[in-house]
Amino acid sequence: MQRSLYISPDKCTGCLQCEMACSFEHEGTFNPAKSRIKVFTFHSEGRFVPYTCTQCDEAWCKSACPTEAISLDAATGAKMVNDALCVGCKVCTIACPFGTINYNSVTGKVIKCDLCGGDPACAKACPTQAITYIDAEGTGYDRMRAWASRTDNQSAARA
Amino acid sequence: MSWQKKILRVNLTEGTCTPEPLNMEWAADYLGQRGLGTKYLVEEVDPKVDPVSPDNKLIFATGPLTGTAASTGARYSVVTKGALTGAIACSNSGGYFGAELKFAGWDMIIFEGKAPKPVYLYINDDQAELIPADEIWGKSVWETDKILHDRHQDPQLKISAIGRSGEEGVMYACIVNDLHRAAGRSGVGTVMGSKNLKAVAVRGTIGVSVKDPQRFMQTVTEKKKILAGNPVTGQGLPTYGTQVLMNVINEVGALPTRNSSAVQFDGASKISGEAMHEPRASDGKTNLVTNQACFGCTIACGRISRIDKEHYTVKNRPEYWGASGGLEYENAWSLGADCGVDDLDALTFANYICNEQGFDPITFGATLAAAMELYEKGVITDADTGGVKLNFGSAEALTTMAEQVGKNEGFGKILGLGSKRLCEKYGHPELSMSVKGQEFPAYDPRGIQGMGLTYATSNRGACHLRSYTVASEILGIPEKTDPLVTGGKAGLVKAFQDATAAVDSSGLCLFTTFAWTLEDFYPQIDAACEGEWTLERLAQTGERIWNLERQFNLAAGFTAQDDTLPKRMLTEPATSGPAKGKVNGLDQMLPEYYELRGWSKEGVPTSDTLQNLGLS
Ligand code: SF4
Ligand code: SF4
Repeated sequence: MQRSLYISPDKCTGCLQCEMACSFEHEGTFNPAKSRIKVFTFHSEGRFVPYTCTQCDEAWCKSACPTEAISLDAATGAKMVNDALCVGCKVCTIACPFGTINYNSVTGKVIKCDLCGGDPACAKACPTQAITYIDAEGTGYDRMRAWASRTDNQSAARA
Repeated sequence: MSWQKKILRVNLTEGTCTPEPLNMEWAADYLGQRGLGTKYLVEEVDPKVDPVSPDNKLIFATGPLTGTAASTGARYSVVTKGALTGAIACSNSGGYFGAELKFAGWDMIIFEGKAPKPVYLYINDDQAELIPADEIWGKSVWETDKILHDRHQDPQLKISAIGRSGEEGVMYACIVNDLHRAAGRSGVGTVMGSKNLKAVAVRGTIGVSVKDPQRFMQTVTEKKKILAGNPVTGQGLPTYGTQVLMNVINEVGALPTRNSSAVQFDGASKISGEAMHEPRASDGKTNLVTNQACFGCTIACGRISRIDKEHYTVKNRPEYWGASGGLEYENAWSLGADCGVDDLDALTFANYICNEQGFDPITFGATLAAAMELYEKGVITDADTGGVKLNFGSAEALTTMAEQVGKNEGFGKILGLGSKRLCEKYGHPELSMSVKGQEFPAYDPRGIQGMGLTYATSNRGACHLRSYTVASEILGIPEKTDPLVTGGKAGLVKAFQDATAAVDSSGLCLFTTFAWTLEDFYPQIDAACEGEWTLERLAQTGERIWNLERQFNLAAGFTAQDDTLPKRMLTEPATSGPAKGKVNGLDQMLPEYYELRGWSKEGVPTSDTLQNLGLS
């Protein structure tokens, strides 16, 4: 079974435990500026929205890379950046429609979500289950269930 | 490790920013944040200094766990000699600013002197510069936040600023970061304004590392689970915020009402945490929009609220229609019960104004309550107030006066003095519900006896956050004691004061202590910081900090005479509820407290005590 990060912004409190876990996993330090997942605050609406790479099947970043530094991890479905091949040209950052691959000026390479090899640190750190790691084929089921619960069997039966 | 081992010294008079190594010997003895900031202040500032003179200093201090994955690692403290009190001041704030300062590579900023013209400090990792503040001086906190974000074209910039109140010398101005998180008490924003310092804007990308990363992550994960499983930190606080307390404290007869002339408020349920969840009759929406966490916090007690667009306070004022920081318990009490007002949206609006213009809602509400009592007695008249009827229960009086204080105009100028100065001015000093010049918060010491000793002995003037014995006396944490008796409270207060001083020096939030004890703190500190951190060492650090603060106050001119309560608490019995007929029994607790502290009968630490704590 392939799994995906599933994000429910309505549960997010803006605590940034996910950004800390991500930067710790990848950089060994606590440094949200180097996190692959970012939480955006829409203050006047009282909304916090975590956002990261959705691992497109036909990935724009991968197609755009002139050095073939971006490859598929077949086990997890993650698009992986090979630092040895990345030349820091940033074409992928232009190609990605969602902006989820970004340049790291300290290393001169790009960074993106790699699903932590199949055990994403952000999902483990999130205290509210705003980020979960679930069956990639069932990411809509939560919302389906919510709508299903509104279906009125009895009045349908009466009709 | 965990400390960045670097502080920024900003000489405002000279206009210089100079990095310096953190004094690691002091860090080993005072940990960080409150303790370490106080140590620097005590070493560098004459306790007799005028708080608003250039000779006072203003210290922004993070803790070693600020900016780590430890839950609630958001905190920073502002340490100075308080403008409101003339005592040691240490105001603690959450939000995102403290962690950002740490990520930029700094443990602390020390501001000294006074800028010849208004400036703000801009920090981008190791680059720090003072920039003229012409464009933002005279502006509110909220306008300042927007202008600086636009100017530096950096949405990630974190900003801590004073509003007009700090510029204009309102005695209880606060320093507000991230729009609605504040280093709120004792007039720390007044000191900032007196230095012509408008704001600090920080961007940090360097990050924080810890001593033993694997052990640290394992420990913080375990400790986060304890918070999640605890009924207060796992359910009560995220659902209702600190407002979970309104109905509880009212029921036990300890909700100071109408300037503490009563201990129960008939409108309490209308301004409670539960009420914030109820759809309004007017527009069918709830006051509460969502909860919000500070940086790294897995509790998320913060309130984000929205006022009904048709409410009289915001009608035709779309700038107040968006969501913003909502009511915490202390503010709902001071603006609500203490002034006798039960209009939830009016309280929310007054709270917005406090954040927007940067003044402390606790002191403001309590000062207005004292003025209302003087008005009802006929001492303050319409001639003083410009015709505003300052009756208890008037939402219009509350919101009008909040705006007048915010603009420092009309009767707001007088209210900006704080209750002690205001009541003295009108010849009734006994009506100020304050200790060492600072108004006490939302717990009546007649209904919760330990809080009387807490207020009387608090080093920064009356305060609930120096020893929150409410936890034990009302909530039974860590064990239940009877709120109506004085026996055993001296020991309880001392234990809470020392533990709190340690927690406030770590970088973590005091609210974790509904679920954690120092037993839960020391392993996190030990995994993160150099040296060996044991329970004993941490507890002793707290006691050392308490005594250091006490010494500063004694040298500033405070004496045992100042360890007291307003006459009303000692002579006018509570009129209803479980505490009916009771006054606070301070005289039964204070001598025992001095003894337990190892202080003389005059409240002065003995030389043995100082020696044991390494303070001589
Ligand atoms: S850890 Fe979860 S709740 Fe916290 S900011 Fe990230 S997604 Fe939101
Ligand atoms: S418990 Fe509340 S105040 Fe403390 S860090 Fe969390 S959100 Fe902030």
